[in-house]
Amino acid sequence: MIKRRYNILKHIDWISVLIYLLFMIFGWISILSSSWNGEKSTLFDFESRQMKQLIWIAVSLVFIFIIFLIDSKFFSVFAYLLYGLSILSLIAALFIGKEVSGTKAWIDFGFFRFQPSELAKIFTGLALAQLISKYNFDLQKLKHLVIAFLFILVPMGIILLQNDTGSALVFLAFILVFYREGMNQTFLFIVFLAIGLFVLSLLIHLYWIIGGLALIAIIFFWLNEKSNKQTIIAILIPATFVTGLFFFNALVLHKLNLNTMLSIGIIAAIIVLLPNIIRFKRSNIIVLSIIVASSVLYLNTINFFYEEVLRQHQRDRIEHLLGMKEDPLGIGYNVNQSKIAIGSGGFSGKGFLNGTQTKFDFVPEQSTDFIFCTVGEEFGFLGSAFVVILFVVLITRIIIMAERQRSKFSRVYGYAVASIFFAHFLINLGMTIGLMPVIGIPLPFFSYGGSSFMGFTILLFIFLRLDANRLEVFR
Amino acid sequence: MNKHFEQRKYLILGIIIITGLIILIKLFYLQIINEEYKVSALNNSQRHIIQYPPRGIIYDRDSNILASNTVAYDIMVIPGQVKPFDTVQFASQLNISVKKFKQRLLKARHYSYFKASVFFKLLSAKEYASFQEYIHHYRGFYVQPRLVRDYPQKLAPHVLGDVGEVGKKMVESDDYYQAGDYIGLNGLEKYYEKELRGEKGLKIYLVDAHNRIKESFHDGMYDKKPVAGKNLICTIDSRLQAYGKKLMRNKLGGLVAIEPKTGEILAMVSNPNYNPNILIGRKRGYYYDSLLMTDHKPLFNRAVNAAYPPGSTFKVAQAIVALDEGVIDVNTAFSCNKALIGCHNHPNASSITEAIQYSCNPYFHQVFKRLIQRGYEESVFRDSPLGLDLWKQKISNFGFGSRLDIGLPSVNPGFIPGSDYYNRLYGEYRWAFSTIYSLSIGQGEIGVTPVQLANFASIIANRGWYYTPHLIKRIEERGLETKYKQKHVLPFDTSIYAPVVDGMEGTVNGDIGTARLARIEGIILCGKTGTAENPHGEDHSIFMAFAPKENPQIAIAVYVENSGYGGTWAGPIASLMAEKYLLDTIQVKWKEDRILDAELIPKEEKEETTSSND
Ligand SMILES: [Zn+2]
Repeated sequence: MIKRRYNILKHIDWISVLIYLLFMIFGWISILSSSWNGEKSTLFDFESRQMKQLIWIAVSLVFIFIIFLIDSKFFSVFAYLLYGLSILSLIAALFIGKEVSGTKAWIDFGFFRFQPSELAKIFTGLALAQLISKYNFDLQKLKHLVIAFLFILVPMGIILLQNDTGSALVFLAFILVFYREGMNQTFLFIVFLAIGLFVLSLLIHLYWIIGGLALIAIIFFWLNEKSNKQTIIAILIPATFVTGLFFFNALVLHKLNLNTMLSIGIIAAIIVLLPNIIRFKRSNIIVLSIIVASSVLYLNTINFFYEEVLRQHQRDRIEHLLGMKEDPLGIGYNVNQSKIAIGSGGFSGKGFLNGTQTKFDFVPEQSTDFIFCTVGEEFGFLGSAFVVILFVVLITRIIIMAERQRSKFSRVYGYAVASIFFAHFLINLGMTIGLMPVIGIPLPFFSYGGSSFMGFTILLFIFLRLDANRLEVFR
Repeated sequence: MNKHFEQRKYLILGIIIITGLIILIKLFYLQIINEEYKVSALNNSQRHIIQYPPRGIIYDRDSNILASNTVAYDIMVIPGQVKPFDTVQFASQLNISVKKFKQRLLKARHYSYFKASVFFKLLSAKEYASFQEYIHHYRGFYVQPRLVRDYPQKLAPHVLGDVGEVGKKMVESDDYYQAGDYIGLNGLEKYYEKELRGEKGLKIYLVDAHNRIKESFHDGMYDKKPVAGKNLICTIDSRLQAYGKKLMRNKLGGLVAIEPKTGEILAMVSNPNYNPNILIGRKRGYYYDSLLMTDHKPLFNRAVNAAYPPGSTFKVAQAIVALDEGVIDVNTAFSCNKALIGCHNHPNASSITEAIQYSCNPYFHQVFKRLIQRGYEESVFRDSPLGLDLWKQKISNFGFGSRLDIGLPSVNPGFIPGSDYYNRLYGEYRWAFSTIYSLSIGQGEIGVTPVQLANFASIIANRGWYYTPHLIKRIEERGLETKYKQKHVLPFDTSIYAPVVDGMEGTVNGDIGTARLARIEGIILCGKTGTAENPHGEDHSIFMAFAPKENPQIAIAVYVENSGYGGTWAGPIASLMAEKYLLDTIQVKWKEDRILDAELIPKEEKEETTSSND
């Protein structure tokens, strides 16, 4: 036993541990700065946030110790069981949960409020690692990919029911894991295309996008065919359809708007041309046609979804993010105040405890979701860049470590850890500096809160534990 | 197979590093390139502290203070600094329930954890004295003094008005006011708000991270000094006002006394009364509501807002107009023909002087008939409207039927009916003198307020001219307002007044006058009684007077609601007021006691006839 412990310590990745410790200290200092009112007598007040957080840090250290006592096989053997338990606790929160600012994501134990979704992230990671590392499991097969997706969609769905959109979105990060483990590239392309088209559809009128798509398709067609005659035909056929529809609508129907007519015209033209395209057996043109047709359908669907399904406040948030609305005291208040706080930090910041913006409630949720404001204000660009770089270093370090694993289980789990950190890093900082909508999720190791700090600690150290054993395991 | 997918790590790493770079670029832009956010932050860490100037003091004509400022104390709380303490004890010291106490604390916490907010408003100096020794037990609480209004003599609430927190509408419509500011809400406080309030000042400080004031912003370059409100010197004579208040106790009605030479209002009493100080401070809302609910409307200023029919006092005006129009002369006689209109027993009046002295109703019935039926048209239905409008035009010279701008925000114009009014009521050419004859003796549709009647007495005293009655003698550094320097001369021959004044002298001092109770030993008081018929109950007792007859010093009008004949109550009260003002003493004690002992407020709730136009 003692010999083994010695071995483990020798193989622990001390770079990650060092970054963890830096985050822990920097994070606690930020919480102190944003919660403490500057009076000496309240510094060690056990009701204060800085002292509570200190307790969670201590508890987390105990967890690290326990993780290193447990045999590394435990995590793969019990992966499904733990995953099942975390799903149960998510469901439990839905029924016996305590409502905190509109979400039902917490179970109250009196002395401790626990957020099951923090555990669900870890155990979903373990379960996916177990699933994907199974012999014969191949993500290139659609059936297996669907199973893998079910593993993340189940907890995601329950968390969405809890009204905790932020935590649910994090689970989408596991797509990166799937990609690394062999998922078809097309899926990734489709995801990016879908997101890109969605954002575009909010920024400019739909008929511009559809027209643009048609133009790109025609240029692509011309480049491919090198035939002016064919190209003119490819332009004329949809144009005839659209014009015909335009007159039909103007004279008879009076119901369609421009983008509906464009959409119908283009799709009808593709359907008419389809036999020809297939006959020529040009796979490029076939793919192009499919992309254009499905993009047009998709755009119309999200347009309907956006106008008819989303609620006003959700539209407001998205629209503010995309700069379509200017209202410093309305929906964008948080972000605006947060930008003021970070911006006022300048190059080197105002100094520890000297921030004025991150106190007096100028920035709401100061010590939780918007903790990065305090970093930005008091430690300036130097401090905030340091944190950003440290996060990038940690995530890349985890990926590099994942790649050196001999066991597939450990590698997949490593990618899961990196993906979760990346999702939090992207969404939280993106929100704080106004690059993303206001989606409340914590910044790992910085935001105040026991569940999240312990959750991220366990998430990271299970991987460090697996990594420390990497030479022993050949699975 | 694994090898094949291993290449994908580069795309993933690329995404992560590019994301990091985008965030770094945005941070660089926010923190180093963009200046806009630094300016915003500067605004956030400045504290703008409003400096409230003291409100102008209101003095009476002898420099006694009527309205001044006193210190009250707001208890402030900074929730972030509050330590656990004995809430039960604290709440009981403030005399509020623990539940309410906690609600207030929660509200303050909700407003801000670090910023101070008002926890408990306007503790009086006395309350503060007993609370002062405990305040240091309660961390996070402190006391902030604030100037509030004080009315040391508790006099003339209807004249002075009151001061309270500015309403929401005003805050929205006037840039000067912010929620929580004080503003004059009634009376002189409202009318002279701009002069009294002064100008708020502003101090800008920079605060540190702990919300502590560090220094003045740019050495106070952008600070603004507050400008104190202007003091007002009021025309009110406090002693006369207090005496009037005493005489009107247990009576409903109004009383106005004017110095005829200047138009200065010496006293203005409306009863029921109240102590103006109860409307200042924490319990304003409570007291205001309870005053609204009280019988006989104590908040209502009868002296300027109650329009009563003037009754027989109006005969004086009728006499002047008739003489001016030439429909009668000084020696015109009419018999006391009770078939025309009721009268009391008295010798027939052989002159206008006797007619006023005896207050003969049939006499003025016939005078008014001559004024209305001028013979311009065959038909009386066509003739009467012409006569009435001619009459209305003349009678309006006395200030009846129009608003007197005396310095109060709300003043009733009263009412003098013209042909348009009766045309609307009965139809064109459907009415004649016989329809409106009760106007001849001041009954019917006429409405005259006490201040209008006092001004009328003042006109008679001056024999034909007046200054608009007013309440403010001088605004500090500015003097008398020009509108009160303008002499209004009536277009009647000055010789007309002598016989009328003689009649008023006889009313009080003659053998057969209607107001012998109003006599003053050694002073000739000229007066005229009136009794306004009140369909809802006992008649209103009315009296107008001036004294002395030559070189008059005081003109006065008194209305006592539901108390009967003018000579019985209103006359003696006017007389006592004049005697007090002129002699500073009351010679016949029983006359005073009789008034002081009288309780003339109707016992059962009756609908009031404060307006005669209904
Ligand atoms: Zn008579």
